[in-house]
Amino acid sequence: MNMLKDLLKNVKDKFYDDGQEIKISELKSQVDIPDDLWLKCPKCNATLVRDDVEKENMVCTKCGYHFRISAKERIDMIADTNTFIEYDKEMHSVNPIGFDGYEQKLRKQKSISGLNEAVVTGECTINSYPCAIGAMDSKFLMGSMGSVVGEKIARLFERAIEKRLPVIIFTASGGARMQEGIISLMQMAKTSAAVKKHSEAGLLYIAVPTDPTTGGVTASFASLGDIIISEPKTLIGFAGRRVIEGTIKQKLPEEFQSAEFLLEHGFVDMIVHRKAMKNVLAKLLRYHSEKEV
Amino acid sequence: MANQKSAYERLQLIRHKERPNLKDYVPLIFDEFYEMHGDRLYGDDRAILGGIGVFEGQTVTVIGHLKGKNINENKKTNFGMPHPEGYRKALRLMKQAEKFHRPVICFIDTSGAFCGIEAEQRGQGEAIAKNLLEMSDLKVPVVSIVMGEGGSGGALALGVCDEFAMLSNAICSVISPRGFASILWKDPTREEEAANMMRITAQDLYKLGVCDAIIEEADGAAHKNVEGTAENIKRYLEDTLAKLETKSIDDLLRERYEKYRAIGMFEEM
Repeated sequence: MNMLKDLLKNVKDKFYDDGQEIKISELKSQVDIPDDLWLKCPKCNATLVRDDVEKENMVCTKCGYHFRISAKERIDMIADTNTFIEYDKEMHSVNPIGFDGYEQKLRKQKSISGLNEAVVTGECTINSYPCAIGAMDSKFLMGSMGSVVGEKIARLFERAIEKRLPVIIFTASGGARMQEGIISLMQMAKTSAAVKKHSEAGLLYIAVPTDPTTGGVTASFASLGDIIISEPKTLIGFAGRRVIEGTIKQKLPEEFQSAEFLLEHGFVDMIVHRKAMKNVLAKLLRYHSEKEV
Repeated sequence: MANQKSAYERLQLIRHKERPNLKDYVPLIFDEFYEMHGDRLYGDDRAILGGIGVFEGQTVTVIGHLKGKNINENKKTNFGMPHPEGYRKALRLMKQAEKFHRPVICFIDTSGAFCGIEAEQRGQGEAIAKNLLEMSDLKVPVVSIVMGEGGSGGALALGVCDEFAMLSNAICSVISPRGFASILWKDPTREEEAANMMRITAQDLYKLGVCDAIIEEADGAAHKNVEGTAENIKRYLEDTLAKLETKSIDDLLRERYEKYRAIGMFEEM
């Protein structure tokens, strides 16, 4: 942070001799600093140097807020270098109930996120322990679960059964994909049935609900891990906050539906800082490993 | 013709104040019935009615959502919107059915699982998820019938089954039409438009391959002829249970898994 202050001061000295307060946005327009150099923490509002935050695995250097990250960033943080092999990359959504405008929406989401769908699945090693891995991405239609998400998750568990692999899934989802109507609801049954099959094969499943995990994903595979781990302050819930506030006609406390709240009520095993996540997962894989690595 | 009603018209029929609820149907469908209470963990949720019944001489487990018909009844039943302990009671009774090798018959009629502070504290998401997981592998025949509203995960938590049927005016949806309009169009007053485009009727779900059978409501609407509608449900159950009983448990479970595994549309390039 001092670095940022120094930098700002220098720039300020250079461009603002009258010493008036400057905002980063103005600064950027003045000196043409690339957008990706700075980050604003949505929790504490601090302006942060992106490099510093990246070194902390996208955790705010001021307040410890865990930024929402993409599926790709997540897998890069967890998988050993060059070990990730992606499954079903070219699976694309169609429009099962003929919902007006869904195809256009999907096209737009693909170009915004650089992803084909809201979950990336595959296999990798974590500190040399092999596992099947999935990471959802809230940038793609709020990580909502339609046919493709359901199918990729079900196949992930089925392949893991064949290869006798544990499964780790980082969830991030607003719930079922409404544009796919009843078909999206049924993905909850499909994914839960696949979890059961994998479990019956005696294999480990670690669910890692990340910010935000809600609705139909909470009410299916995100809540079904043998072990459930989350990150600090993660939003995890079934019903949306506004829906509940609307029903009870009062404001909810901030910690409601946080990972800490779920741990308190017995629905999360542990809360792990993002920097420690990889090592904790590797340890858990080791405790359940069928062979020496 | 009954089949030409719009989704919104059907929505009005299933919200009709004289629409029969599970308590009306149980004595008409089952020869005997004893209600069982509680999840053995927290409490007894009256939004779920469950127990042991006799159907055509055979002992079965009966579980369903219960909506009240007036304000006093709805105080008890919470308008048919269960808390986690309701789903956990349902699961307890299903596991009991599995232990004693009797079929499970589920009656779905809810606008959804209850959304509230206590429901979240006690793990609404986990309770529903657990039911989906356990029902996918329950080692007895499971038949589910949507009697009115089949709202979202709160309905599906009694709906993972071998045969999924719907009464002819019933609807089943991922979110209520009102919720759909308010989320996607930011305008809850467009409920009618939402209902008619969401493909939520029994006929829609049959075409989409989600609903396996449609049971006709006698005289076009269940409230006009409860006895006739119950009779149609009985005939359906008789045929369906007989069909399911001929299958080995292994076949039953494989087919159940494949049934859900096959729902979904996508393309691979």
